[in-house]
Amino acid sequence: MTDVGFSPSRRLILQGIGAVALVGLGNLPFLPSALAAANDKYPEDAFKAKSEADAIKALYGKSPEPSDKVKMDAPEIAENGAMVPVAVTTTLPDGTSISFQVSKNPVALVASYKIPAGTLPNVSNRIKMAKTSNVIVVVEAGGKLYSANKEVKVTVGGCGG
Amino acid sequence: MASTIRVRATSKDDVTEVQALIQHPMDSGFVKDSKGETIPPHFIQQLTFEHDGKNVFTADWGGGVSKDPYVKFAFKGAKKGDELKISWVDNKGATDTTTAKIQ
Repeated sequence: MTDVGFSPSRRLILQGIGAVALVGLGNLPFLPSALAAANDKYPEDAFKAKSEADAIKALYGKSPEPSDKVKMDAPEIAENGAMVPVAVTTTLPDGTSISFQVSKNPVALVASYKIPAGTLPNVSNRIKMAKTSNVIVVVEAGGKLYSANKEVKVTVGGCGG
Repeated sequence: MASTIRVRATSKDDVTEVQALIQHPMDSGFVKDSKGETIPPHFIQQLTFEHDGKNVFTADWGGGVSKDPYVKFAFKGAKKGDELKISWVDNKGATDTTTAKIQ
């Protein structure tokens, strides 16, 4: 046996440190979200959902409300559905994640970004769109979900076939 | 082999803006080739950025992200000359890592 990396003693020490850290933090109200943010597992189920509602539920376990504080920058018409630039910014405080959904793609969820403290809630990326569809962005801020919605017309689809 | 990751990170007034461009096919698994056969899914699932041992940004991606993906974000607390570590892993378990100096 050469299982040195995870020997019981090392684990106990780590648990001890963790316990001290938890006690040290006391009852800070944002502790659950801080723990959730530290969990960086790939959200497999959310990326299997067909509809954006199911994807959002799998990702966050609740539904968003529309907010004009979530600003989406996406083209009216995308000439090439294989590469549609979409950017999101928000003035909402304490943003912890941003996700992008395309309702008529075979898999609605395109991307989900985790925003640790100190990182600005602004993300730009390029997504594929199978056809003309609503693009939905969801911002998680202060433990609540906010969304913005925009229809992007696609003249040439990005998912081939 | 040259890195698949190209990064530009520029610092101004305590805000570091990061742009990353990665070479990857990002096959969704829904596209057929010219013979009518489905191209199997092959896409980056997770992309992470670390500064000073601390995660500053994580991207979870599906097959709906464009080929040769691009992402831009910004974070606070870094200065010029600091290093940024960038890593990705795809659905087949392939990975790549690089470090970039903040300018």
